[in-house]
Amino acid sequence: MTLLQLQRRMARAVMQPLTGADRIAPKTDAGYIKPNDRLTSVERLEVYSRSYWFRVLDSLYDDFPGLRALLGQWAFHRLSRAYLAERPSRSFTLRNLGSRLEDWLRSNPQFTGGRYALALDMVRLEWAHIEAFDNAAEKVLGPEDLLELGPSFRAGLQPYIRLLALQYPVDDLRIQVNRASDERGAASNASLKHKHGNLTRRVSRSKPERIFLAVHRLDFTVYYRRIAQEEYRLLNALRDGQTIGRAIRSAFENSSVSTDEQRSMLETWFAAWAELGWLCPARSKGKRLTQ
Amino acid sequence: MQRQGWLRNRRLQEAIRQYNRGRARKVWPHLLLKLMPANRFNGFKDYGIGIGLRIPHYTHIFEKKPVVDWFEIISENYMVDGGRPLATLDRILDRYRVVQHGVSLYFGSAEPLNREHLRRLRALVKRTRTPWLTDHLCWGSVDGTYSHDLLPMPYTFEAAKITARKVREARDYLEVPIAVENVSSYAEFHMSEMTEWEFLNEVVERADCGILLDVNNIYVSSRNHNFDPYEYLNSVPAGRVAQIHIAGHSKFQKYILDTHDHPVIDPVWKMYEHTIRRIGPTATLLEWDDRIPSFDDVHAEALKAEKHIHAPVAVAL
Repeated sequence: MTLLQLQRRMARAVMQPLTGADRIAPKTDAGYIKPNDRLTSVERLEVYSRSYWFRVLDSLYDDFPGLRALLGQWAFHRLSRAYLAERPSRSFTLRNLGSRLEDWLRSNPQFTGGRYALALDMVRLEWAHIEAFDNAAEKVLGPEDLLELGPSFRAGLQPYIRLLALQYPVDDLRIQVNRASDERGAASNASLKHKHGNLTRRVSRSKPERIFLAVHRLDFTVYYRRIAQEEYRLLNALRDGQTIGRAIRSAFENSSVSTDEQRSMLETWFAAWAELGWLCPARSKGKRLTQ
Repeated sequence: MQRQGWLRNRRLQEAIRQYNRGRARKVWPHLLLKLMPANRFNGFKDYGIGIGLRIPHYTHIFEKKPVVDWFEIISENYMVDGGRPLATLDRILDRYRVVQHGVSLYFGSAEPLNREHLRRLRALVKRTRTPWLTDHLCWGSVDGTYSHDLLPMPYTFEAAKITARKVREARDYLEVPIAVENVSSYAEFHMSEMTEWEFLNEVVERADCGILLDVNNIYVSSRNHNFDPYEYLNSVPAGRVAQIHIAGHSKFQKYILDTHDHPVIDPVWKMYEHTIRRIGPTATLLEWDDRIPSFDDVHAEALKAEKHIHAPVAVAL
């Protein structure tokens, strides 16, 4: 057996789903492992299999607290196991473990207990949160750069900013979840369980409300900023490399907002973006970021 | 800088030779502390006793600015493009010496090194100016799928050849000395052709790289696989040891697990002392990764190593 053949066999065994009792399947292929005076070959393999599953499950648990609150612990656990069994990590870092959860969930809505749209929005927000936390920041366009501002000017959007169009106000829900988590230290286990149950019920009863969100960071802390639909369109157009003039036209296309109101809105937005450092030099076409 | 390290190393070696010839009763602690065995595998740096940089300690470190010889960082935690992780690291780098320790290069995986991983790692090496870089003698990925675990190697010549080639490739690309760490293991393979320590020697000789000698891992594996840990320690080529790891572990009914969530136990301290006697004082790092106590407690545990570093050297080079 070559090294590659051994590693394929062992990886398959280690990463196969554990049984309901968190044990490795008893008939696992472990013939290549020596037993010792205390453990069989399968039991020795089980040390690695349990370690693998606990590690990746813990990682998703930490990265998606909002989804966990929405579904409840058991449903979240079931979803996590199914996701990881179908989409094991393809990255050297656990940071990216949840990067394909949104895509997977679209094909597996049965794991969301009838709250598919809400769960999907929460997953999109929580992945955007991870990206906003540690994605790159480019040089901010300063006042001297903005002097050139005109219809043919191109500005880029900071790579760490994520723009989301959502059907549910999951930003509020996620903030509630964070607050509940912060209170955890002071509360007893019994009251925690009660509070968690309330939170899950509250979150899962959330009503649809179309929102547009910029997930960004300021002083290394991630924030969720609600934005207007036109602002969302304009920022997306800038990120796509359109000139300011074209981006503004596409933002207000079919909009009922009057010209005066548009002017006022644009002034407000550009002032806010400058203050938050959202604009950066436009990227060349080959390097343009995709959402 | 390199010349200084070389000279210090020569002086230490001479002192040890004299001791072994009976011309010196012992090598004095102050001499040893000044003469950590800097070698080409640790960038000729005489580092002392460090601890792992962990998030729960950030506030304490930035507020109290404790004196620490050096910090070890987990490379993968900082291989990002921006944000708080890198800003925090830069603040640490302003004040402290840092050595990078990786967990997912997987020198022992049969597949080639991950180019994206290497590119990010090189950027981090430039940022930290780490004098040497460590990762594990293990595998953890196959066909592009990652286990995020330190899986055990079969001790075969084929595996040693592949592993050594990848260590060389990484060192050439990263342009920094590399030391490989022996891992704790819970399984052995029928196909192994040698002992773990023979395999370690085979890899480091073929790769011409250093060793991050994890004394606790040797203890854990010796209990799990019924071998004499001192036979392992005595077989390690002293001149290749760039750094030492010490840590605590958890004992279960049928095996020991390397959990890094307890103080170092006495038998491991004894092994550490034996190692120091054999190879001379070496940059030492306490790992504590779970149920992490206060900074002061972790640092105090690490500084227990000083007592053993002060023990006289009695070794053959």
